[in-house]
Amino acid sequence: MTPLVGWHPQQTWDWLTTSPLFGLTLTLGAYAVGRWAHRRTGNAVLQPVLVAIVVIATVLLVADVPYRDYLHGGDFVSFWLGPATVALALPLHEEWHLVRRAALPILTGVVAGTVVSVVSAVLVTRAAGASHALQLTMAPKAATTPVSIAVSGQVGGIPALTAVLTILAGITGAVAGPWVLDRLRVRDPRARGIALGAVSHGVGTSRALNESRTEGAFSALSMALTALATSLLVPLLLLVL
Amino acid sequence: MLPARYIGPLAGLTRWPPDTIHPVSDLPVLKGVLVLLGCQLAGEVVVRLLGLEIPGPVLGMLVFLAVLRLRRPRPSSGLVRGPVLLLGHLQLLFVPAGVGVIVYLDELRADALPLAAGLWVSWLLGLAVTGAVVAGLARLATRGRG
Repeated sequence: MTPLVGWHPQQTWDWLTTSPLFGLTLTLGAYAVGRWAHRRTGNAVLQPVLVAIVVIATVLLVADVPYRDYLHGGDFVSFWLGPATVALALPLHEEWHLVRRAALPILTGVVAGTVVSVVSAVLVTRAAGASHALQLTMAPKAATTPVSIAVSGQVGGIPALTAVLTILAGITGAVAGPWVLDRLRVRDPRARGIALGAVSHGVGTSRALNESRTEGAFSALSMALTALATSLLVPLLLLVL
Repeated sequence: MLPARYIGPLAGLTRWPPDTIHPVSDLPVLKGVLVLLGCQLAGEVVVRLLGLEIPGPVLGMLVFLAVLRLRRPRPSSGLVRGPVLLLGHLQLLFVPAGVGVIVYLDELRADALPLAAGLWVSWLLGLAVTGAVVAGLARLATRGRG
């Protein structure tokens, strides 16, 4: 006869770490901690996304939980990147009168920015002695994650590593973007938004939305156009690099 | 009917179910999120059907922009509140992919210099060039008109 109550720590742990509940709770919890830290200190380095990644990575490494097990829950969160990209039409709609008038500067800026990003990413990585695969992995990192991953796979890079580099580029923009633009004396909120969206996609856009509505709208637009430009230009540029 | 001496958040209600439940309904947010999913779905399907090189969500964004231009929703509408909910937590959505860093710690360490240099030099150049081009051209356009 089996006893009514037992003690099953190993089974419980195995269930817990592979359950979507674990990854989802951990992700939302770590993000809440990040929001709290950011609000509490007002420090631009403590971006919620950065704090959350550090917290979760530490938990997974210490508890020895594989990344793919964490993704059972994490994928629920990542899924919403698609609808959130669609949602970026809202700031665009609200600033439409400004967007329409600046069509030429916007398009020129995004194309110039994408070409410079891709070419310099490949050349600098090459000059610093990285393998061919790593150069290709770096090339599309300015576009938002779903796009950079797809382009990376298409040209022969390592998609999952491109995702990490993409998010690092985004975090760099959220942390340092406005500060660098101040130093470069770019004050026009339209130019600031386009520049942030072109190199730091959605993560940079979240910072731009905090700076001003106009900057946020232009950053959202820029991120969408950069995604488009990257998927079209990276294969072409790699032919000549 | 509620008991006569009921004390709690619903105190004051004389009928059950009440005539007015919440002053602010969550239903519009649901509708807004549904529209976002619908736009993305439309984008993803069309991109695949026509074999287009652009990402599905980006086409979905253009679809949603068209919806907004035509409907011109008020701020209380779900078409505004759904997107606002997602855009307010944009950073959250990048967290799981960013955690992927733990899989590549060895690669990142082995090629730390080229990866860091490539990432940040190209980030800085991209930011500076884009900012300068847009600011410069916008200034030219204003001067030309003025």
